[in-house]
This record gives sequence, C-alpha cells and structure tokens, in this order.
Amino acid sequence: MRITVKVNGTERSAEVEPRLLLVHFLREELRLTGTHVGCDTSGCGACTVLLDGVPIKSCTYLAVQTDGREVETVEGLLNGAALHPIQAAFKQEHGLQCGFCTPGMMLTAKALLDSNPDPSEEDVRWAISGNVCRCTGYMNIVRAVRAAAVAQSGSQT
Amino acid sequence: MSQTQTPIHGLGHSPRRKEDDRFIRGKGIYVDDVQLPGMLHMAILRSPLAHARITRVDTSQAQALEGVVAVVTGQDLAAHNLAWMPTLSADTQAVLALDKVVFQGQEVAAVIAETPYTAHDALELIDVDYDPLEPVVDPYRALEPDAPLIREDKPDQTSNHIFHWSQGDKEATDRAFAQADRVVSLDTFYPRCHPSPLETCGCVADVNPATGKATIWMTSQAPHVHRTLFALVAGLPEQNIRIISPDIGGGFGNKVPIYPGYVVATAASLLIGRPVKWVEDRTENLISTGFARDYHMSGEMALSADGKILGLRSKVIADHGAFNAAAQPSKFPAGLFHIFTGSYDVPAAYCEVDGAYTNKAPGGIAYRCSFRVTEASYLIERMVQNAATELGMDPVELRRRNFIQPEQFPYRSAVGWVYDSGDYQRALDLALEKLGYEELRREQKEKWERGELMGIGVASFTEIVGAGHGAEFDIAGLRMFDSAELRVHPTGKAILKLGVKSQGQGHETTFAQIVAGELGIPASDISVVEGDTDNTPYGLGTYASRSTPVGGAATAMIARKLRAKATRIAAHLLEASEDDIEYEEGRFFVKGAPDRAKTIQDVAFAAYTNLPEGMEPGLEGVHYYDPPNMTYPFGTYCVVVDLDKGTGEWKTRKMVAVDDCGVRINPMIVEGQIHGGLAEGFGIAAMQLITFDEQGNCIGSNFTDYLLPTSWETPRFETFATVTPSPHHPIGAKGVGESATVGSPAAYVNAVLDALAPLGITNIDMPVTSDKVWAAMHEKGFV
Repeated sequence: MRITVKVNGTERSAEVEPRLLLVHFLREELRLTGTHVGCDTSGCGACTVLLDGVPIKSCTYLAVQTDGREVETVEGLLNGAALHPIQAAFKQEHGLQCGFCTPGMMLTAKALLDSNPDPSEEDVRWAISGNVCRCTGYMNIVRAVRAAAVAQSGSQT
Repeated sequence: MSQTQTPIHGLGHSPRRKEDDRFIRGKGIYVDDVQLPGMLHMAILRSPLAHARITRVDTSQAQALEGVVAVVTGQDLAAHNLAWMPTLSADTQAVLALDKVVFQGQEVAAVIAETPYTAHDALELIDVDYDPLEPVVDPYRALEPDAPLIREDKPDQTSNHIFHWSQGDKEATDRAFAQADRVVSLDTFYPRCHPSPLETCGCVADVNPATGKATIWMTSQAPHVHRTLFALVAGLPEQNIRIISPDIGGGFGNKVPIYPGYVVATAASLLIGRPVKWVEDRTENLISTGFARDYHMSGEMALSADGKILGLRSKVIADHGAFNAAAQPSKFPAGLFHIFTGSYDVPAAYCEVDGAYTNKAPGGIAYRCSFRVTEASYLIERMVQNAATELGMDPVELRRRNFIQPEQFPYRSAVGWVYDSGDYQRALDLALEKLGYEELRREQKEKWERGELMGIGVASFTEIVGAGHGAEFDIAGLRMFDSAELRVHPTGKAILKLGVKSQGQGHETTFAQIVAGELGIPASDISVVEGDTDNTPYGLGTYASRSTPVGGAATAMIARKLRAKATRIAAHLLEASEDDIEYEEGRFFVKGAPDRAKTIQDVAFAAYTNLPEGMEPGLEGVHYYDPPNMTYPFGTYCVVVDLDKGTGEWKTRKMVAVDDCGVRINPMIVEGQIHGGLAEGFGIAAMQLITFDEQGNCIGSNFTDYLLPTSWETPRFETFATVTPSPHHPIGAKGVGESATVGSPAAYVNAVLDALAPLGITNIDMPVTSDKVWAAMHEKGFV
C-alpha cells in the first residue's frame, strides 16, 4: 500500500506492507532511529511518538493507519539547531541516564505541556505513567518536565 | 599558551552530562540502530515446553520460504563444534538444543532472512516434535533422589545438585548459638526477578569473508571479556575479533553473560558471508536471559539478652535454572553471599549454599548488585528487625548495639572480609533525623491504638563492591583488574580510553572529571572512549559497581603518572629543579614564586615540541589497576508506609536515603544513580516477580505480567550523604550504582512488617503484594 505521512513537518511517501508497524516504518524506512523498541506490546513507551499531537505507542500501530496524518518523533523536537525547552530541561535536570526511554518520555511530556502548560507533580507523574524508565526512578524526569513548563511559560510571556 | 577560562570541573562538581547531547536528540547509537549494507536478520525459535525430548526437527518449509537465507539447528552447529558453549560459571550451555530442551524459551533453531518479518514468518514454518518430560520447577523437588535428571548431557551429573559451598567457622558459630540467650530464625525467599533493561539484548555480527575479521556490535557490559570468550568458543583468532559495545540502553547485569543469539548470529555471518542482526524481543529477554536471585534462605541469629549479636548462620537453596550461567567470580559459586554479617560486629558466622538445576531459564546474574550481596543484605536486615521485635527492642537500638564502630576499621569480619572504612552510626543518625523518627514512632503508637496500621522500615546496609583484587577474583580465569589509557594532545586536550563500559552511568562525564581533578585539564576538553575492543585497553567491564572503584582508580593513576612527567617538563620550561616545582589545579609553578608558572596546556605542547634532553616524547600512557581490596559502600534507608487493613494495600509515605559511597565525583550523577536503584528496589519489593506454573511456563513473560514500577506508584525519594572515603582508593571513591537496589528492598519490606508487628506477622515473601498482606492479616484473624 502507498501511504503519505507528514513526519516532523515533511511529507513522506512510501510503499509499505499492510502489516508494517509504524515504529519499523520510522526506524527502517525513514532511518529515524531515535524512536526505540522496548517491549513490542505497548508496555513500556520507548516507542512513543505523537500522532496528530497525541502520544501513541508506535510498536502496536500500523504504518498504514497514519496515512494522511501527522507524526512527530524525537528528531522533530529541535527547532533548527536549537534544543526544544523539554530537551534542554532533560539535560539540565539530569532527567536521563541510558537514554533509551528519553525520546518517548520527552514526546509524552510535550503532549502534556501542549494541553497543560503548568502541570503539578501529580499531573506529570500521571501523564508519563505509560512510559517506563529503568534508570532514573522518575525523580529527575518529573523535575525536568516541570522545569520545561516554567521555561516555556517564560518564553511565551 | 594561556590558561583556558573553561571551568575545570574536577571532583565534587556536577557538570551536565556530555552523553546527553546525543540522547536528547535521538542520536544515540544502540545496537538496533546499526545498519550495514547487505545485512540479514535473525530470529530464534524457542521451546514451548520446559522439559522435553526433541524427536524431530523439520525445517524444510521454512527453508523454502522466499527471503529465507538459512535455517540453523543444533545439529548444524554440532557439525561446526558450536552446539555448546561455556558459561561464566564453568558449566556448558546449549547454543541451540540438540535432543532435549530444559527450559521454556530455550533456543531450538534460528532463521536468517532478508527481513526481520520474513525471519519471524519462517519460525512459524519450523516443525518440531517434542516428547514431554516431567518438568522440575521447585529446587527442593529437584534435589529429591527420585527427581528427573535435567542435565543428561553431563556425563558425571547424576543428580540436579550443582554445588555445595560453605564459608565461616561452623564450630565457633555452633558454640555461639549454644551460649545464646535467644535464637531468632527467619525463613524467607528472595524470588526470581529480572533486570529488564529497557533495551533488550542483541547484536550485529559482521564477519568479513575477505579478511576474516569479525566485528560484532553487541549489547555487552564486558566487551573485552566477551572478545576473549568468543575466541575460545568459536576458535577465532582473537586479533580478528572486534567487539563494539555501542550505546547501551541499560544493563543492570543482564548484559554480562554471553547468550546463544550472539553465537548463532556470528556463526551465521561467518558461514553466509553477510552481516547478521539479531535483536531479541521483550518476551525472549524475560524468559531466556539472565534472571536474578531465586534464593531460598534460612537464617538464624544468636543473641544475648541485651541484644548483642553473638553468631549468625544461614542455609540457602539456590535455584540456578537449567544451566549454571551465574555471572560471578569463579571462586565464588554463591557470589559474595558471605558478606551476610552486614554492618554488624558478629563474632562468629557460618553459611552454606547448595545450588540446584531446575527446568527454568539459566542464571543467575547479579541484578544491579555485586554478586549476591543483595540477597545477603536483605537477609541480615530482615533478621535484625525480626530480632528486635522478638526482644521487644527498637530495631534502631539493636542496630546501634551491634554496628562495627568507626575505630574498628579496617575491620575483619568473621568470614574474613576486610571492610575498608565505615561510620554506620553517622549514616543512621542522619537518616533518622531527616525522617523525624521519634515523632513517627509516636504517631504509629497512636494509630495502632486506633486500629490503624503504619510502619517504619529501616535498613542499614553494607555493600562489597569493586572486584578484584585479581588474585582472588576472576571471571573465567581473567583477573579482575581494569584499565585506563590517557593521551594528552599537543593542544592540551585529551582522550581517555577505558576498559569499563557505561550503560547509562555517565562515564563520559565522570571519568573526564577524574582526569580534570588530577591534571587540571577541563573535563569538557577530555573525550572518553569505551566499548570498542580494538581501541581501548583490556578491562573486565562494568557490573558489580566496579567502574569507579577499579576503572576510576586506573584513571586517577594514569593521570598521576602523566602529571609526574609533566612536572619534569615544567621544570625544564621554567629552568628550575624538578624538586622545586609545585602543582595546583592545572598549574605548575616554582616553589615560593607562584608567578613563575606553566599551565598543563603549556606543558602538553612542550611534550611534543620542547622536551628536556633525553626524555621520551609525548604525554600518553596506560595504567592497569589491580585493587588491593574491595570497597564497602554503606548507608541507611528508611521507609514509612501506611497500610490499608481492608485491602492489604500499602503506600510509601516517605522514603529517606542516606548513602555513603566515599568521595563523590559528580554528586548530581550519584544522586541519579541512587534514585534509580531505589525505584528498582521498590519494584523488587512490591511487584517484580518471575515465577512459573507447575508445567514450567514462565509467568512474567511480558510487561503485563512482569510489572515494573511506573512514575505513578514509585515513591518520592529524599536523598542525603555522608562521606567516609575509602582509604585504599586513589580518590577515596567507593562506587554507588547498586547501593540502592541492594539496601532498599529490606527497608520497604521491614516497613510493611513493622506495620503488621502487632499481629505477630514476621515474614511475607517479596513481592509484598496487597493480596499477600491481606492473606497474612486474615490468617491472624485480623480481617
């Protein structure tokens, strides 16, 4: 099947098997390897991308289901050479260690901040509870998301 | 050349991590990101049964599928003498099963195909006939005389017993028990769990048919060891093997062993002449790779009436699964379990461990711990609390009466360990102060009177990490030293190459800081290279918290060697005697004339341009560090829980952690390591369980059954530090990556049992789930 998907702002067209998973489309066809596979069953969130702005687990989503829609991956977070405030905050607050969960975690955080620019600690913990991290114990991820919220609200006022 | 304005960021600073720049952009390179021209994909067929004879394997349909390049069976490997491989515990493990499978998930055949989808399609077409045998799931059953023999492949193996091992003085310990006023006993099971790094295991094997060079990108915590073992297993000349361990998505011990997939992929690449990628899925990771613990422990503590510990003894049945693939120093079949006297001055101690084969996945590896120190620490910290309860004493007071005192260090334990340094009381006091212990005990008493349950759990753990020294500790015969090679370039920048390998610990940042602290070169001017065996000095790898104690020491030592040479060059530049040169933070100056100075950058340039007569050019060197002793990190963790007596649910209200890992290189990174360990410790205490049904089916084969803590249920942590340097480590550091997984499970469980103390409940095996708590209360007639 031929699909056309807007990925990180650019239209990408490809012939794909109907059974091709979105994560494999992104990683193998488009070579966007920042999206990781952790569990293959929606259990860990390493493969999280935004589909029309909503976080989904791309390991259990078919590429053909994204035809005509818009996908954002970690590679789309940069604004030119500049870090997105969420990326900057993850580094500043030490919100990552091995880095494997980080792309999915940041995209989930982006979706949260897009709908709730000033989340409480509870809000953040609930929002990222579908994304597993084995390294950080979540303490600094929560700090990073809240720091990003502050940075974003600062830049908008 | 002038001194750079860049901050030096030596020890004690928290510069942000260098490695993050690629990770936050999605530009890390993990094994699955490696893509080579002409690369094939491998998938593995696994046994659905735990114990069965293989009567027939038919691969013809799979072979015929378009896109399939090869189907490999155990018989195919046997033809190349590759059907079996050695484990890290001197056992043999089937690479692909021949005539019998011995655990569910065992590797039976492999398909190599043009795409991963085709490889998986072909697995469905392989026809295997099994003749089921009685599965042996329980190690106690395994040790019964009439139990089915699991390891028929081993000629000398007549039972499922693997080893008997004991440490300590049995007679002295028995005498201590004979003189005791009280004996407190505890039978507890530390269940099987799995490290589950978020990235599964895998490799890309590329054997170049023209040169014979095998380049293997591999999820390896110990790439040099793996290179040597590959040479021994596959018979490849070691200079033709290059292991590259790229970015690793977490290890926690899971990536220490060699797995059959690595061997089959490499053999396939060798035979086919094209690169082969194998990346396991999560179920494969959970059901076949290195699990941890599975220790059935019985402990006894002899006490005087006033709460002095007189002796300690323990018996353990260790379930190692179908192959003894425990990753641990070869002289220690039960790892370092004999650290089980913990933080206490115990005059006599004796422990015995018996290992058993069962029809379960092979192991067990040290999951974020230094070779069974987790099991040992859990047992002693649980026993101390039970003893206090039995004596009617505050568990904190019992600890105080028995701690090894600061003036006793170096302290030789009853089983012979020599603890390097410690101040256990100080860490405990700080934790209790931060917790508000006395007030909480008052609140608890009031609540109990109202029929409400809350508990306070304490664990004052001591670890033993940083193996070797090499004469005592080895992996498959390789002495456990580690290495650092430092090259200071003419412009004063540097590259540091290590034998260890980060899996998220931040080595690129912290090891640069060690050099910065020794030479005054800004940490940001030092790049750190690890994981590529062609381009780093030999080392034993990163596990058992050994990077900082061993690799970090090697780094400090090579920096000091280069500083000694730099001092001679500075003397030459300053036209002064070497004895008159002093060093401070990257500056060499003449004693009494601090303005007559040269920077390390000046000296580095001179090392290549303006040397003293007769001096060897350059400012480079390598150091191999064999530690004189282990290091002994310690601390106290306190947990406060509220327990709902209607449901058995418990929630952590407060968690205070005081860690003493000696000198902290980067306090931000240290705190992050502790957070992670505390969360995993919580997971083990509360939910992470790999178990099996009677047929040997693994329960816990995906993240719906094997529960990992998420942000929602993970407690908030309050972390604090005391600093007691290691006297024998060059920078006084001890290692910290595993303290929290070692120490915290007992704190959580002690908290729940403390809440239940009025009911006389003394044990609930982990994971302490609400149904178990409720059942325990129900049994006591409380609900």
